[in-house]
Amino acid sequence: MTATHALQALLEASQSVTEHRPWPRVIVTPETWNTLLEGLASGAWTLLGLWGEPVMVHLAVREAASGTLAIASLPCPTGQFPSVGRCHPPAQRLERTLVDLTGLRPMDAVDARPWLDHGRWPVRHPLGSATAPGESMPPYRFLPVEGESLHQIPVGPVHAGIIEPGHFRFTANGEAVVRLEERLGYVHKGIESLLNGADVGRAARLVGRVSGDSTVAYAWAFARAVEAATETEAPERAHWLRALMAELERLANHCGDFGAICNDAAFAMMLAYCAVLRERVLRASATCFGHRLMMDRIVPGGVAHDLSADGINALRALIAEFRHQFPALIELYDKTASLQNRTEHTGFVKPALIQQFGCGGYIGRAGGRAFDARRAIAYPPYDELLFDVPVLSESDVNARVWIRIREVEQSLRLIEQILEQLPVGPIGNALRRPGNAREGVAVVEGFRGDVLVWVRLTAAGAVERCHPRDPSWFQWPLLEAAIEDNIVADFPLCNKSFNCSYSGHDL
Amino acid sequence: MRKLLIQNLLRLPLTVPAPPPSAQALAELGARVDRAARVRLGRSLSIREVDAGSCNGCELEIHALNNAFYDMERFGLHVVASPRHADVLLVTGPVTANMREGLERTYAATPDPKWVVAVGDCGRDGGVFAGSYACVGGVSAVIPVDLHIPGCPPNPLQLLEGLLALLQVS
Repeated sequence: MTATHALQALLEASQSVTEHRPWPRVIVTPETWNTLLEGLASGAWTLLGLWGEPVMVHLAVREAASGTLAIASLPCPTGQFPSVGRCHPPAQRLERTLVDLTGLRPMDAVDARPWLDHGRWPVRHPLGSATAPGESMPPYRFLPVEGESLHQIPVGPVHAGIIEPGHFRFTANGEAVVRLEERLGYVHKGIESLLNGADVGRAARLVGRVSGDSTVAYAWAFARAVEAATETEAPERAHWLRALMAELERLANHCGDFGAICNDAAFAMMLAYCAVLRERVLRASATCFGHRLMMDRIVPGGVAHDLSADGINALRALIAEFRHQFPALIELYDKTASLQNRTEHTGFVKPALIQQFGCGGYIGRAGGRAFDARRAIAYPPYDELLFDVPVLSESDVNARVWIRIREVEQSLRLIEQILEQLPVGPIGNALRRPGNAREGVAVVEGFRGDVLVWVRLTAAGAVERCHPRDPSWFQWPLLEAAIEDNIVADFPLCNKSFNCSYSGHDL
Repeated sequence: MRKLLIQNLLRLPLTVPAPPPSAQALAELGARVDRAARVRLGRSLSIREVDAGSCNGCELEIHALNNAFYDMERFGLHVVASPRHADVLLVTGPVTANMREGLERTYAATPDPKWVVAVGDCGRDGGVFAGSYACVGGVSAVIPVDLHIPGCPPNPLQLLEGLLALLQVS
């Protein structure tokens, strides 16, 4: 077994689930499960997801060397499974969530605290036994912090800005943060339970609202997973229109973040300019697809809205505006020393941590991890488009800003190519009805990072179980590392440079 | 930087003309808003936004109210950092069970007279998330609501229409 094909060998030695596409899902023994955990811990493989069903846990992994992607499923007849988080810390919060939702028990888990379940739901283990809650849950225990002259600053869940809710517990020594502990789960909406039994149309609407800023990425990932399961191919034009929407979404969000990060360094002028550019993207999106955020425009089988001549004109005007305005903003950022003084060396994340967590998006690429699903998985139409994946190694706020700047330029380039080469033809195909239960999985690069959606359809074509995994799962923990030894006042800057999703994470 | 600033001095503003206040919103508010409170506050409202479980879509559009096109500060509408400074709570989301107490405590911390505006289809009745074990289902299930601005998400002009209606009622 060579190191580069170890995952393949492991898959071939296990029992494969026949109706799972496009990558394999295998049923593994506890021994193979443990081998997988060792591979994750050693860094041979990257964790892509961990979720559960009443008597089974699923682990999605990717082998960077060979590009092999697979899901391993361990049956848990006794309700127990060997803890993943024990060997591989990036899995800990996913595992705590799995426990909250299904009631399965990880053996030798290092952190037994609940994560999404705050003791306020009318049920326990909603995806498992769904029993009534027993005695009330004890107060949440934050990790102990000991030492002289430390003080704690609790922040949230209701924050001072127009942002999502979450709790941050800072422990500071004077101005310096010695520990940040996040507590999330406030916007848990029970989306996975709502998805159980939903028809594909309703499920698409729900998955498109897992995280509103990434609605295109989620809808695309869900559509691809359903298409993989049913062996339906979307028409060529639909692939290209989906990419157009995804690049518009990336453009809008990166622009908004660029302005907002600078604003958190008290440089409001950049926010004013970037907010105008962002608004222009949203208006062009509305002209093209009839919705500013393009919600519900990608549907399984294709897209729901075709691009008209008006839309093409709006996009050409948008690109012209960006080409005119954006270079001046880059120059403004680059030449304002007082601004760079705040962003350089601030919020540094060790590249080793980024690798270990399989952290994607601009955070990963600002810290040397080149993964971009558009390139690494090369789903259509990105296999036919020219674009660069910018990578930096500085891993600070400044690098995360520059990755966004470069990705804005690449998105413009992609939109231009799409307008040039957009194939003609239909925009949707009816989903095939194979008549048996099917499973599918897809990974799509959202503006924030790689979104994974796994789905199992019933023989009748309804959703039996669906799991959307946000890129933020592997980013939030690194924010705790990024803020260490920075001053409290730089937290907004670090946090905005991460811009993790609360809703996507809390699900 | 100087070049950008000079260009701006020579250019017409981007800001769109004010939309008329929404007739529907005026009708909903007419019955509720106290004339004395209106006189006391004058033509200005301080707004505290509370995300009670939204997908973040509504927040994106509320943010847009501050860009140069909509510029809500010209109407005396401004976002404040604490409920203690607020006249209006702008609440989004289907109100998750985990945010219920946060919303109740924010409401309690807001001084009277105060208004609550529920934003989005979720804020009205839970929207697409209605029926979940984890959602209470609409802002009015937790605190009294004076005005609903529907939409998924409502666009900035719809938000502005609703908020201007709050200012107009007398």
